[in-house]
Amino acid sequence: MPQVMDADRMGRALTRIAHEILERNRGTSELALVGIRTRGVPLARRIAHSLRDINGEEVPTGALDITLYRDDLMRQPVGPQPVVRRTEVPFSIDDKRILLVDDVLYTGRTIRAALDALIDFGRPRAIQLIVLVDRGHRELPIKADYVGKNLPTSPKQSVQVRLQEIDGADEVVINDPEGV
Amino acid sequence: MLRSRHLLGIADLDAEEIQRILDTAEAMKEIAARPIKKVPTLRGRTVVNLFFEPSTRTRMSFEVAEKRLSADTLSIAVATSSVTKGETLLDTVRNLEAMAPDMIVMRHASSGAPHLLARLCRSAIINAGDGMHEHPTQALLDAFTIRAHKKRLDGLKVSIVGDLMHSRVLRSNIQLLNKMGAEVWACGPSTLMPTDLARFGVRPTTSIDEAVDQADVVMMLRIQHERMHGHFIPSTREYFSLFGLTPERLRRAKDDVIIMHPGPMNRGVEIDSEVADGPYSVILEQVSNGVAVRMAVLYLLAGQEAEAD
Repeated sequence: MPQVMDADRMGRALTRIAHEILERNRGTSELALVGIRTRGVPLARRIAHSLRDINGEEVPTGALDITLYRDDLMRQPVGPQPVVRRTEVPFSIDDKRILLVDDVLYTGRTIRAALDALIDFGRPRAIQLIVLVDRGHRELPIKADYVGKNLPTSPKQSVQVRLQEIDGADEVVINDPEGV
Repeated sequence: MLRSRHLLGIADLDAEEIQRILDTAEAMKEIAARPIKKVPTLRGRTVVNLFFEPSTRTRMSFEVAEKRLSADTLSIAVATSSVTKGETLLDTVRNLEAMAPDMIVMRHASSGAPHLLARLCRSAIINAGDGMHEHPTQALLDAFTIRAHKKRLDGLKVSIVGDLMHSRVLRSNIQLLNKMGAEVWACGPSTLMPTDLARFGVRPTTSIDEAVDQADVVMMLRIQHERMHGHFIPSTREYFSLFGLTPERLRRAKDDVIIMHPGPMNRGVEIDSEVADGPYSVILEQVSNGVAVRMAVLYLLAGQEAEAD
């Protein structure tokens, strides 16, 4: 399992993204972070933490579960339904600039579902996308605004982001199909 | 991860499946708090609500659940259907099936009616109450409500008081609560006490004071006049004096007791208004939790549809 990002590089990438957010939005007023479950949520919290360290302001942070919006949900011929977890967006998103956070950007289908889910909560002024890893192979016209690392991959490989809060360590690894 | 593509009764579920339904309902509950109370999950699916017995709460609850999941719903009240013209149950359902519904939610006065249809039909069947047999979604929403207050089900003393004999709510609740490790008491007049209750892991008693004593949950059942084809109780007033839940009787329960009722309530028969509207009552919470639990059931069963039974 070749490691492509360790804890230090991940930390630096997230800090850089926090600076880019401030530069692009000229501060944090009207910003809110929404992490996509599962690993987008701790990433959103870390970015909120970095933003507070840099300019002292608290950015509201929520969690979005996109299971009920998936486009493949009712198309699987057989098989158990994926687990649905709670969505927690405890603030109004109307007229906010929403920073949507996910770990890996791949086909873009998760983000499509997340955009639909978000818009059911209100009408944000804008939605920007933050991903830790962009591995290419998009199937939909979706592009990230902030990227931790661009990672050229083959569709056969799998990219795994592991986070301290969930997996006990911070790293990104690539698995080849033979190596699994 | 339900094993069956139907929900016919709690009897068919194991503890893990019950847990799964309750956990999914937690996520569904949040949808009711959104400005747009709708998700696209069951878009293009057709659900038929087929009610052969009167029902307000359960039918409305299923309809709201189906609509929040974006299913197309069709509710058939039997009074206005061909059943009154002499059509058999199976013919009614075969004709409905010709319109290709994905799921049928059904209530029927005969125990086992949904089980019959599950064997003979293509659609997934959800039992919304069959005779005196089972009412699985009621037991699930009761469990969900208890868990919301007590954070657990195992080790709780749950007393179910009232017309035990005619109650499908009792039969589903006994099974569910036993599977989840609660201690179930059943209290009612001996004329309304099914024989052999103890065999199902229940402690039967005819003393409401004993049932309520140190209880974590008291669940009151309605006296079902429509199912009583004999004299089971002398009068509703005598019933209230012996089995009605009053504030005085409630003092024996634990300090954080919750009072439940599946509805519709007969105030002054099984429950005193002061208790029904009092601080321990979670009766209206049960109604809103019902929608979340039914959404969870619809969602989880929808994934099983294509699978052969």
